[in-house]
Amino acid sequence: MDNLLSIICFVPTLAAGILALFLRGDDAAAQKNAKWLALIATSVSFLLSLFVLAGFQPGAGFQFVEEGEWILGLTYKMGVDGISVLFVLLTTFLMPIVILSCWDVTTRVKEYMIAFLLLETLMLGVFMALDMVLFYLFFEAGLIPMFLIIGIWGGKERIYAAFKFFLYTFLGSVLMLVAMIAMYSDAGTTDIPTLLEHEFSYGTISVMGFQVVGGLQTMLWLAFFASFAVKMPMWPVHTWLPDAHVQAPTAGSVVLAAILLKLGGYGFIRFSLPMFPVASELLAPFVLWISAIAIVYTSLVALAQTDMKKLIAYSSVAHMGYVTAGIFSANQQGLDGAIFQMISHGFISGALFLCVGVIYDRMHTREIDAYGGLVNRMPAYALIFMLFTMANVGLPGTSGFVGEFLTLMGMFQTNTWVAAVATTGVILSAAYALWLYRRVVMGALIKESLKTIQDLTPREKWIFAPLVAMTLLLGVYPAPVLDRIGPAVADLLTNYDDAVAAADLGQPADTEVAEAQ
Amino acid sequence: MATIILFAPLIGALICGFGWRIIGEKPAQWVSTGLLFLAAFLSWIVFLTHDGTTQQIPILRWIESGTLATDWAIRLDRLTAIMLIVITTVSALVHLYSFGYMAHDENFKEGESYRPRFFAYLSFFTFAMLMLVTADNLIQMFFGWEGVGVASYLLIGFYYRKPSANAAAIKAFVVNRVGDFGFALGIFALFFMVDSVNLDDIFAAGPQLAETQLTFLWRDWTASEVIAVLLFIGAMGKSAQLFLHTWLPDAMEGPTPVSALIHAATMVTAGVFLVCRMSPIMEYAPSATAFVTVIGASTAFFAATVGLVQNDIKRVIAYSTCSQLGYMFVAAGVGVYSVAMFHLFTHAFFKAMLFLGAGSVIHGMHHEQDMRNYGGLKDKLPYTFLAMLIGTLAITGVGIPLTHIGFAGFLSKDAVIESAFGAQSQPGMYAFWLLVLAAAMTSFYSWRLMFLTFWGDPRGDKHTHEHAHESPMVMLAPLGVLALGSVLAGMIWYGSFFGDHAQVNRFFGIPEHSEAAEDHGEEGASATEEQAASGSETAAGSTDDAGEGVGEAVEELAQGDVTEAVDDATEPTEDSHAADATHGEVMAGGWEAGAIYMAPENHVMDDAHHAPTWVKVSPFFAMLLGLGLSWLMYIRRPDLPGRLAESQPFLYQFLLNKWYFDEIYDAVFVRPAKKIGRFLWTRGDGAVIDGGINGVAMGLIPLLTRYAGRAQSGYLFHYAFAMVLGIALLITWMTLGGGAE
Repeated sequence: MDNLLSIICFVPTLAAGILALFLRGDDAAAQKNAKWLALIATSVSFLLSLFVLAGFQPGAGFQFVEEGEWILGLTYKMGVDGISVLFVLLTTFLMPIVILSCWDVTTRVKEYMIAFLLLETLMLGVFMALDMVLFYLFFEAGLIPMFLIIGIWGGKERIYAAFKFFLYTFLGSVLMLVAMIAMYSDAGTTDIPTLLEHEFSYGTISVMGFQVVGGLQTMLWLAFFASFAVKMPMWPVHTWLPDAHVQAPTAGSVVLAAILLKLGGYGFIRFSLPMFPVASELLAPFVLWISAIAIVYTSLVALAQTDMKKLIAYSSVAHMGYVTAGIFSANQQGLDGAIFQMISHGFISGALFLCVGVIYDRMHTREIDAYGGLVNRMPAYALIFMLFTMANVGLPGTSGFVGEFLTLMGMFQTNTWVAAVATTGVILSAAYALWLYRRVVMGALIKESLKTIQDLTPREKWIFAPLVAMTLLLGVYPAPVLDRIGPAVADLLTNYDDAVAAADLGQPADTEVAEAQ
Repeated sequence: MATIILFAPLIGALICGFGWRIIGEKPAQWVSTGLLFLAAFLSWIVFLTHDGTTQQIPILRWIESGTLATDWAIRLDRLTAIMLIVITTVSALVHLYSFGYMAHDENFKEGESYRPRFFAYLSFFTFAMLMLVTADNLIQMFFGWEGVGVASYLLIGFYYRKPSANAAAIKAFVVNRVGDFGFALGIFALFFMVDSVNLDDIFAAGPQLAETQLTFLWRDWTASEVIAVLLFIGAMGKSAQLFLHTWLPDAMEGPTPVSALIHAATMVTAGVFLVCRMSPIMEYAPSATAFVTVIGASTAFFAATVGLVQNDIKRVIAYSTCSQLGYMFVAAGVGVYSVAMFHLFTHAFFKAMLFLGAGSVIHGMHHEQDMRNYGGLKDKLPYTFLAMLIGTLAITGVGIPLTHIGFAGFLSKDAVIESAFGAQSQPGMYAFWLLVLAAAMTSFYSWRLMFLTFWGDPRGDKHTHEHAHESPMVMLAPLGVLALGSVLAGMIWYGSFFGDHAQVNRFFGIPEHSEAAEDHGEEGASATEEQAASGSETAAGSTDDAGEGVGEAVEELAQGDVTEAVDDATEPTEDSHAADATHGEVMAGGWEAGAIYMAPENHVMDDAHHAPTWVKVSPFFAMLLGLGLSWLMYIRRPDLPGRLAESQPFLYQFLLNKWYFDEIYDAVFVRPAKKIGRFLWTRGDGAVIDGGINGVAMGLIPLLTRYAGRAQSGYLFHYAFAMVLGIALLITWMTLGGGAE
């Protein structure tokens, strides 16, 4: 199959099309059909993506490449390498779970399914695109279904949250678009593999009276940063995330935390680091510090939360802090750890939001104070929630540990201050996560409203099972992930180090040096 | 065999935790207990047949990233072997004991099955602890380290309906995490310097680290010092040393068997184990080890003072544990790691027994824990009394001075105190005096516990006293076994841990190089020289068995011709094995094999042996003093304690409130953290970020929402459509613009 990636990517779209065109009515049977079709489509997509995993050669660059003419003289180019292939797998793996998790939804089911199916296509497209314009399309269009999911199926403040989400992420993206145009005019192509080889100039230039060290690279880097930092989200542009999470329906939160947040990190690794190495090196201390602050800041804020979803959302921001710091440590452990952390956070945060969803479905509140003593009636739930709480605080033996530990190890080699500050997150995360667990699950069951609450249904158990398996498997045997990303990261770093060495940042890079290159 | 020992508890935990619904509660408990006894049996075989050489058994690949390569692997050397028997023996006995202790529990309702969960946790803990001690690299050790933390969290919070138990569980985990913060940074620093986290590589790098500078935070430090201090911070958390000790007394919220297993015999000694394990680094970090000594001694003293006035029987023993851990750190800090392990070893027996004995009393007294409500239980609980008596004799250090005959604690504690004196350094002397004082206090509070519980008239609820009963056989049998250990463990293994050098070296599998200490005068003992001398005998050996064959050669060679200077350490010796030669080239001396390492210039153990008589007998007299005072105050003149407390209200309150550590930490860390969190949330996120950076957008959003609010939510599609249109326009513009160029 020459266009395996496209098939994986567009199977959900196909299903969405069928739903939109052929499914009529809104009765129970139609709803069931919509759900089943979505489940089948996402599962097919997942099963097909296993072929990609099986056929993937670690360290062999871009694979499964497809290239073709497209409208308006643009190119359609897809492919995966060691950095992106696992994100593709993460997405296809999680989507059937997401569909299953909204099995009980009854409002506008057809549209809901269509939104998720389109969202899957768009997210997969981001990870697969090897053309800058294509990337941008997927990247931006992905906002739309998410925007709708929050805005239509969300909570009371959903419109506010949807617009906040939309504006934040869209404003960042406009800058990225400008940067892409500049890149196109500089390199004459939108082909990502070619751009990765291209050297953007880094001689100091003057913009509106400011001396910009790193020149064009710095400008481009900043533009991309504006977009990716919002998507991550990094402190201090993170405030859209808690609102979006709180208002989003459970399944929306899962996708948002598990996959959409990874787009920013992926962007940093695909664009910022390899394409603008000199600027990355110059600005790395800035990113490292922001990340370290983010970890401590958001962990402290998480301590003060009274809403379960907000608490987990802030915890997500802290975990993304490890990712950005790991990426800009620019060494093997840091980058490996960052990618691993993103994958693992996909499972863990997804599962945590599902955990909240389970009790939200029963009690229709996310207030921590409304709960307490759930273990008395929900032992299976307590066990699963405990496991993911521990994974969230980075307990060794769960996948959360590997990523966190590797990124911190990477940070230490670059900047011990940042590493020390970031490591305090280990203490704080234990505090907020266990405190949450205690208030919700532990204690005597006193509240009258909780006296009849039911434990997990078999469907819910089946939703959690794959997440539990992956969290433990990757915690004990992370080689399936690390073996695939390792060579790609090593290549990236070789180029990065060469570029930085050539730029000779010992002295401020000046135009002459740039011209000599 | 080691693999079976390691995984038997895990299998037990899984079967018991998940399988009990299928096989039934009782069988599940027996499965986990049976597997533990199997592990204990095999551990003793391993311990008794161990020849001192280090074995490595790889199991599975783990984290690999660039030059970082870690495996799941078992490292089996003397240190591990000692820990294996301590862990599995105590754990097996505690499992057995729990059959009786956990049979009925008023914290659970009728018909609730809590027992399999308890046994599963215990077995899981044992597995994690075994992972910790068998680790061949620091990250795996960290796995065990955190794993026992979780198990401890789960078991402290076992009575999940009790708010105090939940609070104590979180406290234990978070305070331990503060230690882990240091431990993790230590691992990062080691990886940064050595480019490996495997113990062999790290040990070999000791001398190098002592000469390298590491930029950490605001300045350059000697690498070995930074690393040693960071690792020790980890040890402080786990072993409840001063400043990070606050969780241990609270941990007594857990069921008593847990306290015996986790918070006395095994988990809390992990810190001591870590320091001993890292002896090849510690030996090159003189300031760090001085720090270890001072903290250890201060803890021993501090905890003993608090122990004097506590009324909860378990808390007294908890502070006693904290104090005894301080003793162990002093021994490790002054460089006599074997003695630290010795005290750890003997302490495990008598402290576990004291806890289990206390549990038996509590069980017999219907969960009454306040000693003020005990009294006169000698006849009601005769076997428990006997066991507790043996435990008390052991912990207070009863024996015949100047001989090697006595209870386990007598030999190991005196060895610690002599070692502190033998260090002949300022921290050593500080430690020596504090430890002697602490020994007197240990004796005082231990006997106070005995007198209040078993002697005198019954106090408190009459009904409870009438129904006080001796515990069943399953609870008494473990006490008997531990009593045996408390009496004999010291005398049997004294020579191996604290005998002459040859004996200790053979026991720990240390090659002869460190043997130079045998004769002080001959400072020049060169590692390479000796290696050359003994090399011919061991040339046939494989690369990593320097310990074994060489160990034998030691006795003949060491005393002899090692007088030459060391300057040629870098010169490869032609007939030594290749690996050692390369090591020698790189680092000139340092660790080569063996479970612990004592630098050639480390003579503390010999100096301890040659300590003056008054030093050797001082702990004994301190013990007598404590016993006498205790007898005076609780048997002879029972009104005295109350009067003393009244006349010294400040001191009494100060001690009773544990030097106010909890209050200070609450005011300095806990409450501010929450307050800052709330501040950052409402002010930082709310006012500054949302209000400031986003000011423009915020003006826009209400506008848009109002508009959107008017429309049906379905009209959101319109916005989406507008967005797509926008993107399309931008792309068109871009294509045209690009085409024009």
